[in-house]
Amino acid sequence: MIVAERKPLGEIIGFIEGFGRVLVIGCGGCATVCLAGGETEVRIVGSALRIAARKSGRYQEVLEDCVTRQCEPEFIEAVPERVTGQSVDAVLSLACGVGVNLLAERLGDVPVFPGLNTKFLGATAEPGVWVEMCAGCGNCMLHLTGGICPVARCSKSILNGPCGGSSDGKCEISPDVDCGWELIIRRMERLGTLDKLREIVAPRDWSSSPHGGPRRVVREDLRQLAAEAEEERATAA
Amino acid sequence: MRSGSNLERVLEAGHFAVTAEIGPPMDCNGDVVLEKARMLRGCADAFNITDCQTAVVRMSSIASAVLVMREALEPIIQTTCRDRNRIAIQADILGAAALGVRNCLCIAGDHQSFGAAGKLKGHPGAKNVYDVDSIQLVSILKGLRDEGRQQGGDEIEKRPPLCIGAVWTPMGDPIDFRPWRLAKKVEAGADFIQTQGIYDMQLFRQQMKRVRDMGLHEQTAILAGIIVPRNFGMLRYMDAAVAGVSVPRELMKRMSAARDAAGEDKAQARRNQEQEGIKIAVELIDQARETEGVRGVHIQAIEWERKLPEIVERAGLLPRPPVSAEA
Repeated sequence: MIVAERKPLGEIIGFIEGFGRVLVIGCGGCATVCLAGGETEVRIVGSALRIAARKSGRYQEVLEDCVTRQCEPEFIEAVPERVTGQSVDAVLSLACGVGVNLLAERLGDVPVFPGLNTKFLGATAEPGVWVEMCAGCGNCMLHLTGGICPVARCSKSILNGPCGGSSDGKCEISPDVDCGWELIIRRMERLGTLDKLREIVAPRDWSSSPHGGPRRVVREDLRQLAAEAEEERATAA
Repeated sequence: MRSGSNLERVLEAGHFAVTAEIGPPMDCNGDVVLEKARMLRGCADAFNITDCQTAVVRMSSIASAVLVMREALEPIIQTTCRDRNRIAIQADILGAAALGVRNCLCIAGDHQSFGAAGKLKGHPGAKNVYDVDSIQLVSILKGLRDEGRQQGGDEIEKRPPLCIGAVWTPMGDPIDFRPWRLAKKVEAGADFIQTQGIYDMQLFRQQMKRVRDMGLHEQTAILAGIIVPRNFGMLRYMDAAVAGVSVPRELMKRMSAARDAAGEDKAQARRNQEQEGIKIAVELIDQARETEGVRGVHIQAIEWERKLPEIVERAGLLPRPPVSAEA
């Protein structure tokens, strides 16, 4: 999932304190799963904002909503209508950055503020702890490393690790961070594939990663199907 | 002869090589570099010029190398993968070669979070690069030198004559894998290897046995790293906090005994420890020389460079063999 964390309330209040009617909108996808921006958190943030407004003597009305997923156009279709219909002055999104972007593209002159810091692609390690496991680099090499990602889990994204900073299974940057390469080596030992690590991995092509510019995935087969369905509808009409 | 560097000549002639380290200053005072160079002239075959070591901004390795060459010392520039992508690295390497640099050490580089250690602020918020890793960097330099080809595939006319170095942490974790990682560096094209500082000579010798069994010592020149201990606190710190460095209890005891022998006299305690530290360094150099497959030492006297001539002298490694600096 995309792991996010709520911004400090002070920062959020700084974004929205000048607006009369604010809509706090959560997301039922990853942000809910990582307990940062689901229905519950929308209620908590909504209450906190109302309390803050009252304490500082500001007039502010805080509305609440939560959509199934803010990253899908069809799930946010109703948001612009609500914003216009209820004269919302500003929107606070408790989705990941994708949700904020998508809402911002659709909300005309109404500002959208981020209520979360989008952190990484990761998993729950234990209750209250999430760890990064994928860097979204666009050219998966997990088949070479026993399913453990050196790009995301090595602090230096070294492809021929481990560097000299590995100590007792931990990374040089912090005793709280596992050495990704220690994990890779132990995993490949168990798989009996450690020999694979004798081969040098060549400098990789990072053009599939964010370094190649904003990315898009195009599936021509799906585009074709959609075009055909559209044509059928037109013919039927 | 691939580079014609003094270091390469010394090694090819079968001499036991000595390299040392010069740390550039945190400002633009070239006199600091020149002064260190004058102080160290003649006590090593080549001198590593660190590249923003511990992620602290310092005068650039290449610029400092050029200063060092003015004093007729041979530099080994260090190139980390932390701060530059393959475009910048290759550009810098070609520039360095044009300026007369003949040795380059390829390293990953300490993570930028290190810069904020101790009293310094560093730049822990910097964005790192790590476009390539140190092994890939070695292969890139080899490609430039031996195939006349940039990493992207474009051909070049004049090839940089470089003696290519890499580092090895023989006792780093996971220790079983370390000889294999060395093998990858050798396969990538490392002409020489400088190791992380060694205090546990027994464990190092076990690792060297594995290296010899793999035949790696014949394909590259391994220079054992010696970090001159200055006091008990430094030894304890390195043992506890520096990855891949473990200090045997016996050495710790010697240093603490030296300190305690001075009683309350702090100045004497410092002198005692410094003397003991130099003695330990000389002994470690001797032991490294007696280790089969070790072809030299890389001595680091961190912020204590002025003691290097004495240490090298006492180790019986002076004068350095007279091989001409340029082909």
